[in-house]
Amino acid sequence: MTLVPLLQTTGVTMRFGGVTAVDNIDFTVGECELRCLIGPNGAGKSTFFKTLTGQLRPTSGHVLFRGHDITGAPSHEIARLGIGIKTQVPNVFNGLSVRENIFVAAGRGKSIRHARETVDQVLTRLKLTDIANRIVGQLAHGQRQWVEIGTVLAQEPDLILLDEPAAGMTYEEVVRTSELIREINRAQALIVVEHDMQFIRMIARTVTVFNRGRILIEDDVERVLTNQAVRDVYLGKAAA
Amino acid sequence: MSRGFLTSLAAMIVILAALPLTVSLFGLVQATLFIAMATLALSQGFIWGYGGIMSFGQSAFFGLGGYVYAVAAINMGSSTAPFLLAIVLPAAFAALLGYFMFYGRISDAYIGVITLTVTVILFNFANSTAGDVWHIGQAALGGFNGIPSVPPLNMPGHPDMALDPAQLYGVAAVLLVLVYVLLKGLLASRFGRVVVAIRENETRAMLLGYDPRLYKTLTFALGGGIAGLAGCLFTNWGGFVSPTVFGLQEAAQAIIFVLLGGLGTLVGPILGAVAVEYLITIIGTQQTINANLMLGVVLLVFVLLVPKGVLPSLEALLRRISLGHSRAAQQATAEVRP
Amino acid sequence: MLEVRDLHAGYGRIPILGGVSLQADRGSFVGILGHNGMGKTTLLKTLMGYLPATAGQIRFAGDDITHASTSARARAGLGYVPQGRDIFPTLSVRDNLRMGCLLAKGDERAAMDAALALFPRLTPLLDRPGGALSGGEQQLLALARCLCGGPKLILLDEPTEGIQPSIVEEMVETLKALRRGHQITMLLVEQDLQFIAELADRVLIIQKGAITREVSPAEIADPRLVAEFVGMAG
Repeated sequence: MTLVPLLQTTGVTMRFGGVTAVDNIDFTVGECELRCLIGPNGAGKSTFFKTLTGQLRPTSGHVLFRGHDITGAPSHEIARLGIGIKTQVPNVFNGLSVRENIFVAAGRGKSIRHARETVDQVLTRLKLTDIANRIVGQLAHGQRQWVEIGTVLAQEPDLILLDEPAAGMTYEEVVRTSELIREINRAQALIVVEHDMQFIRMIARTVTVFNRGRILIEDDVERVLTNQAVRDVYLGKAAA
Repeated sequence: MSRGFLTSLAAMIVILAALPLTVSLFGLVQATLFIAMATLALSQGFIWGYGGIMSFGQSAFFGLGGYVYAVAAINMGSSTAPFLLAIVLPAAFAALLGYFMFYGRISDAYIGVITLTVTVILFNFANSTAGDVWHIGQAALGGFNGIPSVPPLNMPGHPDMALDPAQLYGVAAVLLVLVYVLLKGLLASRFGRVVVAIRENETRAMLLGYDPRLYKTLTFALGGGIAGLAGCLFTNWGGFVSPTVFGLQEAAQAIIFVLLGGLGTLVGPILGAVAVEYLITIIGTQQTINANLMLGVVLLVFVLLVPKGVLPSLEALLRRISLGHSRAAQQATAEVRP
Repeated sequence: MLEVRDLHAGYGRIPILGGVSLQADRGSFVGILGHNGMGKTTLLKTLMGYLPATAGQIRFAGDDITHASTSARARAGLGYVPQGRDIFPTLSVRDNLRMGCLLAKGDERAAMDAALALFPRLTPLLDRPGGALSGGEQQLLALARCLCGGPKLILLDEPTEGIQPSIVEEMVETLKALRRGHQITMLLVEQDLQFIAELADRVLIIQKGAITREVSPAEIADPRLVAEFVGMAG
């Protein structure tokens, strides 16, 4: 018996004019899997994410979520099916408070009471309670990242896409994020894009490497990080 | 229930209730006009300040409300249905227009252009309806002369009991308060929070599962309905309606009300409307300075000196004063410490 | 070169900096470490004049610039590479660099060539729009653009954020070369400990809007020690 994968893409391609940013990607993530996506800047990782969330409609190919074809569906419908994303450039409600940001995320399809409970849980879990009433636009960059992660958690999706969650975080925050990701991973699947190799080592099991819009290699983390091709295009010589 | 809301509401009710006791009938008639314009200001302030929709043509719905009421009242006799139609039809028209704009993913700048164009088209159309051919039922549209002798609102169910000017003032005042309370309640609701969230970041709202197109269309439709109500009150105030209700002056004034009073507030636009209308009345009676010129100067001064509008600036000032006090107090205690 | 005394600043009514004092000698490389929300970016923005200082003093090359405008500071030789890079996305790489050259005292051509010599990776990209570059290339461009203006001191805000490891490596080499060759002073805000450890000669810890201590670059190689310096308590 074969299980239907949580997310599956077949031949997903995204062209902008003459540039092929994402080239014929076949990619599969199972229920409750934790997958890391690495690769050079400009390899097409963020663009690939956008084709998954409906922010971009792939030029060709298909995206299946639990067997449903969601290729090019509107973002809000994909979100309702259970995909949440923390984007690379923080997308938060700058003029609202931290609590309001998370409430808007928690509020869809829940009773007010349930939504409030979710908000409190998320605030506690991410240690945002102290700054719950601050306006998000006035927070530091790293804090806004936490707020965005909070909105994604409050949405309670089955698949969470994190585009560079550790960017701009201090070492301890990175450690905390890695712990959080493992905790989230008990019940939810994640795909994490990150350049911080320390962080990747903390969380990764299977790693997919993108290069020039294609998958260069997909394997166990140790094998990927010692792969010569990966070192050449991405890690550089210093990487251990 | 925030304290600010209750204070504003109480102040509004007290002022509106006290007015009939303190001013002449002429003053009350004047106040009815102010209320009609304040309702238009609420419409603009809601869709722009909270929905982030920059309409340059709220006058389209304002005028439509005025015309729909006039035509329906002339044809129907009783005013209850015309009154409701004057809200529902502009709302439906706004919903339709909003549907094409938002589902068509028109960019913000073009939404300004489109709304402006719509009101210009309506203005020109209404202007060209002179002659016997142009009539709806018994109502002749009258071209640039408009429709005179529009029957005033009457007691619901009693077409023979038309409201006198003082009663009309009372109805207008109650309606203004109702619209204000309705919008406040809406903004506190989940719907309102999502509307504001979409203004803040449409992409994020979408990625959280909200369809911004739907929310914006509904916001715009509600704004259209409120503008229609304002137009209905305006027609009742004058007893006639002419194409000027679609004019650019009305469109611009609605924006000025909001800019002066404060974008992102509801009380602000009301105050802005009252202040501007009052100013126009004063200048209009003395006839020495051109009212439009004066209005332009006022707008310029405000945009340059009080860019956030009167109400937010006032709040910021009060906050700074109280903060100054608390900081001084803190310093005092800090100095006492060893 | 740069002397900051008891600097206060904040956003609106929220105070962020509560008395920062630091000094950076000519040609030195000073790293600043701290938690998010402790005021690192605010410090750089205040030094650059994007935010007004509410109290304290900033002296640069002997002059008091506390109340100078941002453009005056830039002319005086203060360069800033902000977080997020701020590339002009529709302008070509060449035009982005030329924007940087507007401040150059000498020949535009020469300033640009000098910058490109340090960042050879940009040379084949000169005609591409800035927005079409990858994040790593944009960061290099932002640095090169800043250098075109011939700054005496560069404020760098998290240059490694979101940049692939091999380009970070390149950046370290370039910045080292820059220091050897040009005697430029740098103030670097960074989370990447290794990056700071490789480049800085002094590391300052910022906590709640004030510099609380100074550590040697060798000491920050161990993340656990840093956790202790920076203070886990938020």
